[in-house]
Amino acid sequence: MRDLPGPAILLEQLRFRWQRQAPLCLDIPALDIQAGERVFLYGPSGSGKSTLLGLLGAVHQPESGRIEVLGQDLARLSGSGRDRFRVDHIGFIFQQFNLIPYLPVLDNVLLPCRFSARRRARAGQDHGRQEARRLLEALGLEGEQLGRQASQLSVGQQQRVAAARALIGSPELIIADEPTSALDADRQDDFLELLLQECAAQGTTLLFVSHDHRLAPHFTRELSLVQLNGARP
Amino acid sequence: MNALFGLALKSAWNRRLTLGLTLLSIALAVTLLLGVERTRVAARASFSQSVSGADLVLGARTSPVQLMLYSVFRMGGATNNIGWDSYQAVIRHPAVAWSIPIALGDSHRGFPVIGTDAAYFEHFRHGRGRSLSFAQGRPFDGLFEAVLGAEVARRLGYRLDQAITLSHGSGELKQSEHGDKPFTVVGILAPTGTPVDHSVHVSLEAIEAIHLDWQGGAPMPGVQISPEQVRKFDLSPKTITAALIGLKQRTAVFKVQRHINSYPKEPLLAVLPGVALDELWRVVAMVEQALLGISVLVVAVGLAGLVAVILASLNERRRELAVLRSVGAGPRHILALLALEGASITLAGLGLGLLLLNLAAWLAGPTLEARLGLTLALQEVSPAELKLLGAVFLTGVLASLLPAALAYRQALTDGLTPRL
Repeated sequence: MRDLPGPAILLEQLRFRWQRQAPLCLDIPALDIQAGERVFLYGPSGSGKSTLLGLLGAVHQPESGRIEVLGQDLARLSGSGRDRFRVDHIGFIFQQFNLIPYLPVLDNVLLPCRFSARRRARAGQDHGRQEARRLLEALGLEGEQLGRQASQLSVGQQQRVAAARALIGSPELIIADEPTSALDADRQDDFLELLLQECAAQGTTLLFVSHDHRLAPHFTRELSLVQLNGARP
Repeated sequence: MNALFGLALKSAWNRRLTLGLTLLSIALAVTLLLGVERTRVAARASFSQSVSGADLVLGARTSPVQLMLYSVFRMGGATNNIGWDSYQAVIRHPAVAWSIPIALGDSHRGFPVIGTDAAYFEHFRHGRGRSLSFAQGRPFDGLFEAVLGAEVARRLGYRLDQAITLSHGSGELKQSEHGDKPFTVVGILAPTGTPVDHSVHVSLEAIEAIHLDWQGGAPMPGVQISPEQVRKFDLSPKTITAALIGLKQRTAVFKVQRHINSYPKEPLLAVLPGVALDELWRVVAMVEQALLGISVLVVAVGLAGLVAVILASLNERRRELAVLRSVGAGPRHILALLALEGASITLAGLGLGLLLLNLAAWLAGPTLEARLGLTLALQEVSPAELKLLGAVFLTGVLASLLPAALAYRQALTDGLTPRL
């Protein structure tokens, strides 16, 4: 799918609210992100970005409107179809607590391969172990660190492991939600460079959400959720 | 699902301390439950094995249960004796193959004394039809000779040729000693796991002899008959307490029972041991039910602990579950993950409980068998036990659906980023 030119994300007349009586949380008339783009989405906290990511990851369903990810209309998927689609095509990186604390680093990276045959196949031989090592190494983690439990790593290391997990098995889309805000300034740039390099190398579409404007110049396009969203949550 | 199983295992290992304690509490509860059940079955078995040879138990007219209790199990006192003549008359019935007279009423240091005759050592059967055998010595032959049950000898440390004296009644009054007529131990029986082990056996004539100078339960003042003089008296028994009767053909049992119960000269009672035991079980059933009820409650407490532990872990695992969702786990997977955890711990608890029970049976079994006559050997799980285990497992699975359902709902509302 990623070879086909076309939108990676397409939103039309998207409306969402948490409960029937609650005010609108999201009201986005249109959003279009092309495959291969690396987009910075500015969203201060409380602007509804977590909700938007939940919608794109098909864990929440909109009240009305259309969400297409990689050409797939999410509304047409069944419950288990949504779970499969999510792991097959999207890698997630969150602000923190990305990892399962009791699993070793390598097993954390391989989690998507456990749940998705497609990601496992795309990650190559040895159930993706070699690819996982390659990614971790590219992100600056190697040797005995790979066998450690995730909970023993520093926050910066944890975020790099999370990036490797998002990248493994080459999903077409990576959604990153404030992945750098738990890091200090030097490490933020390091992390961002590594992530962008890998995305560029794999041709992955990246949607990077942050409240930190200083990071915007690293990306090919900048959007503002405040401007996109007609609703005032 | 395969992806989940490994995760469930590793996640559980990560919380091994709390889960381990929960597992242990379930295991102990299961041990208690099965222990109560097994003891119940063993107690019944041991009771019915104590009279395995006899077709009828004969005694004075009383309730069948009471007759069984005092004649076979040496529990409680006899209300009445029966005349020797009546006894002789009824066992002359052609269907009677053998009979063992039993005269109770004396004791030795808390152990009941049985007055009987040679038929006891020949015809008494215990367990699955095993006859009595001697660990040392021989049956009594002379007047003041005694044969000890295995436990009596073991606990009092008696050997052959030891001199012992008998007490009147259960021996709590010092002045009611038959101290003037000591007995010599001539035989010690091998252990049987029945009340025989706790008994001192002497001849019926000896019982007569030690009571010659007694009247109304006390020594006659001014009368003293020495052991040497005693032999000049007529020592043939006047009364006995009960008798065990074996028939040539079991089919005649009701005929002989009717014959005895309708004996005209004295009110006699003959009971079928099995029938009387059934009646006893009906009496004891309430206690059994209470014990079973308590152990069921203990199991319930264990399972409630399991649910509480899983529920408590839910909050700290919220992020973990959200991460799992981001890598493709659906709400159903989350439900399955938690239900699987509950079910596995219940199952492991059952296994460990069985193991503990068998370990306990192995360690304490010989002691229990010797002291109480309870056979708690290593054994396969009986159908009744399997039913109990199944019920515990089912309850555990159902109970762990509660935290699973909560996690399911949480997974739906949390999505990928739990609001904590």
